[in-house]
Order: sequence, then structure tokens, then C-alpha cells
Amino acid sequence: MTTVHESRTSSFDDNDQKPVGFGRMLRKEDPRLIRGRGRFTDDVQLPGMLHLAILRSPFAHARVVSVDTSAAEASPGVRAVVTGETLKGLGLAWMPTLSNDVQAVLATDKVRFQGQEVAFVVADDRYAARDALELIDVEYDVLDPVIDVRQALAPDAPLIRDDLEGKTNNHCFDWETGDADETEAVFARADVVVAQDIVYPRVHPAPMETCGAVADFDAVEGKLKLWSTTQAPHAHRTLYAIVAGLPEHKIQVIAPDIGGGFGNKVPIYPGYVCAIVGSIVTGKPVKWMEDRSENLISTGFARDYIMRGEIAATRDGKILGIRTNVLADHGAFNGTAAPVKYPAGFFGVFTGSYDLEAAYCKMTAVYTNKAPGGVAYACSFRITEAVYLVERIVDCLAAELDMDPAELRLKNFIQPDQFPYTTKTGWVYDSGNYEPTMRQAMDIAGYAELRAEQAEKRARGELMGIGISFFTEAVGAGPRKNMDILGLGMADGCELRVHPTGKAVVRLSVKTQGQGHETTFAQIVAEEIGIPPADIEVVHGDTDQTPFGLGTYGSRSTPVSGAAAALVARKVRDKAQLIASAMLEVTVADLEWVKGSFQVKGDPAKAVTIQQIAMRAHGAGDLPDGVEGGLEAQICYNPSNLTYPHGAYICVVDVDPGTAQVKVRRFIAVDDCGTRINPMIIEGQVHGGLTDGVGMALMEMISFDEDGNCLGASLMDYLIPTALEVPDWETGYTVTPSPHHPIGAKGVGESATVGSPPAIVNAVVDALKPYGVRHADMPLTPSRVWDAMRGRATPPI
Amino acid sequence: MQVPAPFEYERATSVDQAIGLLERLGSSARLVAGGHSLLPMMKLRLANFEYLIDINPLHDELGYIRSQANELRIGAMTRHRELLESDELAAAFPIFRDAERVIADPVVRNRGTLGGSLCQADPSEDLSAVCTTLDASCVIRGPGGAERVVSMEEFHVGPYETAVGDGEMLIEVRFPVRANGGSAYQKVERRAGDWAVVSAGAAVWLAADGTIADARVGLAAVGPNTTGIPEISEALRGHEPAEELYERAGAIAARVCDPVTDQRGSEDYKRHLADELTRRTLRTAVERARS
Repeated sequence: MTTVHESRTSSFDDNDQKPVGFGRMLRKEDPRLIRGRGRFTDDVQLPGMLHLAILRSPFAHARVVSVDTSAAEASPGVRAVVTGETLKGLGLAWMPTLSNDVQAVLATDKVRFQGQEVAFVVADDRYAARDALELIDVEYDVLDPVIDVRQALAPDAPLIRDDLEGKTNNHCFDWETGDADETEAVFARADVVVAQDIVYPRVHPAPMETCGAVADFDAVEGKLKLWSTTQAPHAHRTLYAIVAGLPEHKIQVIAPDIGGGFGNKVPIYPGYVCAIVGSIVTGKPVKWMEDRSENLISTGFARDYIMRGEIAATRDGKILGIRTNVLADHGAFNGTAAPVKYPAGFFGVFTGSYDLEAAYCKMTAVYTNKAPGGVAYACSFRITEAVYLVERIVDCLAAELDMDPAELRLKNFIQPDQFPYTTKTGWVYDSGNYEPTMRQAMDIAGYAELRAEQAEKRARGELMGIGISFFTEAVGAGPRKNMDILGLGMADGCELRVHPTGKAVVRLSVKTQGQGHETTFAQIVAEEIGIPPADIEVVHGDTDQTPFGLGTYGSRSTPVSGAAAALVARKVRDKAQLIASAMLEVTVADLEWVKGSFQVKGDPAKAVTIQQIAMRAHGAGDLPDGVEGGLEAQICYNPSNLTYPHGAYICVVDVDPGTAQVKVRRFIAVDDCGTRINPMIIEGQVHGGLTDGVGMALMEMISFDEDGNCLGASLMDYLIPTALEVPDWETGYTVTPSPHHPIGAKGVGESATVGSPPAIVNAVVDALKPYGVRHADMPLTPSRVWDAMRGRATPPI
Repeated sequence: MQVPAPFEYERATSVDQAIGLLERLGSSARLVAGGHSLLPMMKLRLANFEYLIDINPLHDELGYIRSQANELRIGAMTRHRELLESDELAAAFPIFRDAERVIADPVVRNRGTLGGSLCQADPSEDLSAVCTTLDASCVIRGPGGAERVVSMEEFHVGPYETAVGDGEMLIEVRFPVRANGGSAYQKVERRAGDWAVVSAGAAVWLAADGTIADARVGLAAVGPNTTGIPEISEALRGHEPAEELYERAGAIAARVCDPVTDQRGSEDYKRHLADELTRRTLRTAVERARS
């Protein structure tokens, strides 16, 4: 059942409706954050705390001949200098990545990307530590690097991963999905086949807060406390236990406030391990906070897919099949953060929102001398790349057929009665109703009027473009039968305790990096048990205080932990009902739940509130037979499927014909993320993701020179958008609940990042139609747009 | 947090005291004004100085915009924000407000100074292009209060290099004021606050008969330093302002500039922008001179 609304708020007052459950309310965490009372990792100060700085490789590929630390050790304030050789002695020189590869903590044999960790210094303060780095003398034997991903598998390419036994080339993995023969048959009988090379360049999540940690190892207790910038504290704790051989109950990972993650804070970085080693070696708490350049050059990047897309259709615009071949650059170590059985993440949803007859993808992933990582940056495990591919290639088809791109999409949507819909690559879309979402976006945009305006402008030589993207996301990883990270199933725990006075505390396994969990989860619990959100404390981020779960990324918090929170609240409510029946002296069946209280059916005057029940649960007097005291419950939720949000985005751009500058004039985003818990937070998420999309489409790219020097090592070189590059966002929504999620919610955190880049690129390409442009790769900087206008668009790599 | 190498810090109390310190400490010392170029370079350890002499206390002495007969004088410590907000300056040289609107962001503009911008001598620097366009001259003071005045061409010795010697300090920039003038500035950047891909300034002075008495164009980010282009001035002088004339000037700009391909754009594109922006700013400057 889809209901269609338009969402507009006229004032900030509308955002504070004080709901007991779902609805607009201001974020509970904001007073703390706005007043500067947030507590981030770098705010942690412990008595006797030392500071750690990391020496990084200036070369992309070089043999480490020797490391002389004597001068650094003699530098004032220095407590320890640790090299790869030191770690080797402890068995800690290498660590597993999230993709079953290994990554050097500190280089022992070779450095394999510029910025790789070589040694670290622990000193009394940050300055002394940094100054001492200058005194470490490393002799390198510089090797030829592999920078051009297309040459990585050339027979004469230098071998990067000689640490892997028997490795003779830079091949990382092959992966395929769909049916090659079936797809070939469909392409063979199609009227029209369009092919396009499409590059999604390497970008970086660039969170405002860089990564860092404070490690405090207590040698007497044998306990390690680690404050760190982690989106997945529980997963990290277990991995530290496995890597470092520390007993898991003696490791406490605390993720305090986090200043943005976007996937950048999912992996375990060498710096975290260095901080732990630093604390063990010195016997003192040790803080490591990377600087901006370190964050940009060494931590998890995203994308870096070179794709060839092909689409087959009938002459009248029925899409038959999509095929793609992908070359994936995974950097020096395969540090991709994705469920292990999905080495290409969820790229398999490249069939998009369309009812196809066949689809096939073949992917080859390679190692290069670039920073490891992959997947990060609000991408829903590579769905960003998948949606970009399909939405770009569909536009190419529209151009080939001379058909309106909106009309082409509407003609090919999966229809409401086809859900649950199994795609040709095996994904089961839970629910969807695409046409109303698309129509709403077109209505808000005034699509027909925009096309008329464009025609007039074109006649005058002005360049205006209208770009559409329609996406289906797959989020909420995931069912433990086929989704795990290094053997840890992707189910989430949740715990709810109602205090005697009717206030409550809910403990989550997921961790906010700015998404507003402290508000959203209080609202989910409030909706179920009728306690106002203000009376519900949300505890998260501390592994000693919260149940196990896999963390926040891939838009999974609401689909997985949100379900857990609803179900644990229902469990508490069930118990409350037993107690209420005793209090009102009726049977359980005679009670009905009216939010916040149980009433005797047909006699609303006879009722007890949840608060009264809570006091009874903890108070004097007998409880019904078999009912324990207290009012609390715990749950571990294993999702039966992913959830599949969708959305329709329309972008309007103007391009200056003289300077080739692109101005995003309007952007309309209609999202369907199922049940909406807090519309204000959803809109905030969408606004942020759209801004990310403008960045990727128009300016962001981590590039390298031929020697492998990273050219995006500061925010002057790696551009991220500001308020001046983005328009007033126009948002709308439809609601198609997820049938298997307890409250029908689907997750929205990454929808806008996933869906917006193709809309913007499609708009620019549309604007350049008078120049015969059919495709231009991101980032669409003025220079690259100008090249496209002159018929010489080049891929960015 | 990026941390610089160790350095010592001294606050200046007067121009002459600052010059005295420079004289004593030699090339190991550096003046810091707004610090928005110097400090990031020090934090990245691309620049390392033993001493920083903070001349922000000299804002009272060197922060001013003064009209003289046929000349406008601006103190070296005048901040971007003051240049942006000065109606007097905008009336005399609208190019300043055009440029200041696209220089960095309010935080930088609150702190950065005219003198600091010129002395940084970054080839992409906007105010260097503005000063070149306006045929400014720079007053450099040395030990014992000795002052010398150099043209912008002389001032810029090379990228990040100026005529200001050891023990010297830029204290003032002077702009000739002529009748019936108009000026304009345009910048193409990849994102607000970025350095220019290319920017251009133009200033035009009209004769009584409406022809161009004199004109100057200054470009940034298309060569080792911002330079005036005499060939454009010659091509424009004595002619009636017209589109064909701007096109000719643009063609000269594209030909004589010396850009390189980098992250901001290709050489070809930058030449094209030199042409495009020269034409656009000339057009605006003439409109303003007429009004």
C-alpha cells in the first residue's frame, strides 16, 4: 500500500512536534553537539597520556632497505620508536583486512602505496612525536609502481604483492553474476544495443573528523580500553581479539561522538593497532589522531570502477538486458569492507529498477600501488557504482532511441504486482511502487515546463540540462545465512530496560556518526511502548555497555537495529501486559493496548499506564505466576531479507557556454524509504547525501601522478562542496513499507549519495546535447566539461 | 592536527621595530600577517622558518584606504574584508569588490591582508592580478626608514618571489586614479574558495569622445606571475569599444599567456578562459566607465 504525500515544512517550529513515537522532533543529541559539549576521540584526556605520530612512505612502491631510529629515540620527549621489525617480533606486522586479505601494520619488506605506515613514535606531546619523525632515517630502494589500473595485469607489470605466497601477478579476484549465455541471446535479438565506457573515479569520504584512537592498556588488569573513531565497535573488538590474541572480555572498545563516518571509519587501520602497541610498550595511555593529509592519502577510499555498460532494447523502448564488464582498482591491499561472500559488494543490483529479461556482469579486481580500502563513502556496498552505471546507460539508450528519459524509465519499471521481485542477478526486492514516486518528482519539478524552457533556451544558444535518476537501493545487511564479515553474522542485538519510574534505557549495537540514533531509536521504542522519547536514554558505542552487533554502515541501522529496537520493545510490552492483567484483574485477552497504557476492552476507565506497570514490575507485592520482577528484555534480530528503498531524482543544471561552468539550479529528490520515523532527520540525511552527490559529480577525485604521488592530499587539492555549490533542495516522499521489517522501515542514510550523481551527470550531458555529447565522466570540472563540448571528453583515469 | 616544526614567535610593535627584527634575524625570519598561506605551508612542513614576526599589531598603523590627489593609497595590513566593504574603494575601482567577493571565504577575508597576498606572490593570487590591472606600485620600506617604490612588474620577481629584500617590508600599495575609468574582475574556480583556474581583471579609461584612452588587463593563474599585457593595452588604445575589439584583446590574452595543465584544468582550457574572461571583463569595465 503506497501513500503519497508531499513534504514541505514551513518553519523550524514544524520540526518540534514532540511525538510519542514517529514524527518530527528535534534531535536529542543536538544540544550537546551545538554547545560544543560533544566528546570526540580527540577530546579524551587521560592522566599521563602520550601521543603517537606515524612515519609514512613518500613512495608508492619501494623496498625498505633499512630503518635507523637512533636519532629519533634520542629526541627530547620521545618514549618509544617502533618499526615493522619490532612488530614482526610481536607477530603484529601484518593484520587481516575485512576482505580476508592481509595488510601491513608497519612495513617490513616493501611499501606499497604512498602514505603507507613505516614506523611510529610515541612522545610526551604531539609536537615532539611529529618532530621525531623527521629524525627517522629510512633507506628505500625505489621500485616501479603500478598506477595505471589498465596496466596492472600486463605481463611486465611490477609485482606488488610478493608477500602472498605463490603470487605472480597483480590479480586480486574475479567475480561474476547473472547468466552470460542468456544475456548474449537477448542482446543478439535486440533491435538496439548501446554500449558506453563509464568510469566512477576514486573518491574519498573525507569526514570532518579524521580517524584516531586512544589506547589504554592496564597491565595489571590485563584490560585494554580503546576509544576510537569506529562505526562498528563490536566487530572491531572481536577482530582485535583475533589479531592481537587478547581475550575478548578484556577489550573494551568505546566509540565516543564521531564527526562523520561515511564508511571511512568501518575498517581497522594500522594507526589503531599502533596506538594499542604504543600503550602496551610504554605502559601509558597513547593517543593517535591522524591529520587531514593522512586521512586523505591512507584511509578507505571509495569507487575506482572502470565499467563498460551495454544495454539491449526493442526499438520502441522496452529494455531487454544489461551487461557490464568491470575493472576494479582495489589498491595495495584488499581492504574492502563488505560481507565476505560479496567481494563486489552489492554491485549485483546494477539491473536497477527495471524489469529485464537477462543481465550479466563480469568483474576483474586488481592490486595497484594506491591506498587500500574500497566501498567506503556512503555507497551501500557498491550500489553507488551500480546505480550510476544503470542510470547512465539508460540515459544513453534514451538518447539513442530519441526518447524522453522519463518516459523510457516509466515504461520499464518493475510493476507493483511483481513484488517481491527476483532480479536476473538473484536479488529479491521486497516491495516497491515506482511510478508514483517518479510522477511526484516530475510534478514537483514541473517536468513538462522544464522541457519547454530548455527548448527555448537551446534556440537561444543557452545550455540547460535536465537529468533524471531512479534508483533502487539494497540495504540492511543482512541475513546471517549468507552475510557475514570475517565470520561474524550481520545480526544486531538490542536491550531495553524500563526503570521503576517509567523512564527507559535502550542499548544499541550500532553507533551513530551523525545520523541521529539517539533520537530515532528513542522514537522507535516510544512508538511501541508509549514512553516519550525524552524519557528514553539511548546508549551506544561502548562494547561493555551494549549488546553485540555489526555496526553502522550500508544504511543498516534502521533496517537491522531499528527492527531489533521495535521487537525488543514489543517483548517488554508483552511482559507489561501480563503485569497489567494482574493489576486490573482481567485476563490478558481482555486487555487492549492504547499507546502508553493497557485498557480493559470496553471499559477505558479501567487502565494502567506503562509507567504504573513499570513501578509494579519493580515494586512491592506479588507478580503473576511465572513473571519475574523487572521490566526489560533483550533480542538479537536476524533480518530475513535486505530492504529496498527507492527514489526519483531530477536535477536541473545550467552550463555557461563560455566558461563551461556547471551550476546546479534545482534538485528534486523524492525518496521512498518505507515507514518514516523522523521526517526531519530523513530530510537531513537526504540533504547531506545530495551534497555529497554534487561533490562527486562535479569536483571530487583522488588522483595520482605517474609515480603514484597522491594529488589529493589536502582539502585545497581534494575539493568537497560547500553550501554555495548546492541549490535549495526540494524533497518529497512516498511510503512503501517493507513487508518483512517490523515497522516497515527501509533505511535512507545513503539513498541520496547513491542516487544523485547520475542525475547530475545526466543533466550535464543533457545540457551538452547540442554539442553531440552522449557521455562525460565525473568529475565534471569546468575544464572537463569544456573538453566534452569540444568532442574530446576523456576518462579521468 | 597538522603541526609545524619548532619556531620562535615575536609580536611586532611598530613597522620600524619589525624591520629591525628582520634585519637582525635575516632569512630565518618571516613576517606573518593573515597567515592563511604561510601557516598551512608551515603545518605541511613545506615552509620552515625559525622565527615568525607577527605584524598583526601593526594593523592600526598599516590598515587604511586613503584618497590623495590622483592616487589611492592602501596600507599593507588592510584586510580583505575591509577592501570588500569599502564603498570608497568600490566607487573608485569596482574591480576590488568583484575580486574580494570570490577570494576564499569570510574567515580568510577577516584575517588576510593586501600586503600578505602580494608578498605571497602566488601566481594564482587574485589581488596580484587586481593590482597589476590597476597599474599599482608598491612601497617597500627598509632599514632606517628608507623607502622605495616599485611597479607591480618589478615587484613580482617570480613565483613566490618578490622584490622585497631581507630587512624590508611592503608597507603600502598605491593606485593611480584617472578620470572616466571602469574596471572589473572575473574568476573561474572549480568551487567557491578555490584558487582560480584562471582569472582576469580589466581596467578601461575612456576619452571624451568615447574611445578608449587607456586599458589594462591582468591575468592570474596562467603563468609564473600575474602580469599586465602591454600588447592588449596597445591594441585597445584609441579605439571605439566594440565586441570585435574585445575579441582581439581576448585572442592576444590567449596567445601571450603561459598556462600549464594541472588539476585545475588543461592548458588549452586555460588559454580559452584567458580569452573568454578578458572579453567579459573588458565588456563590464567599459560599461562601468560609461555609467
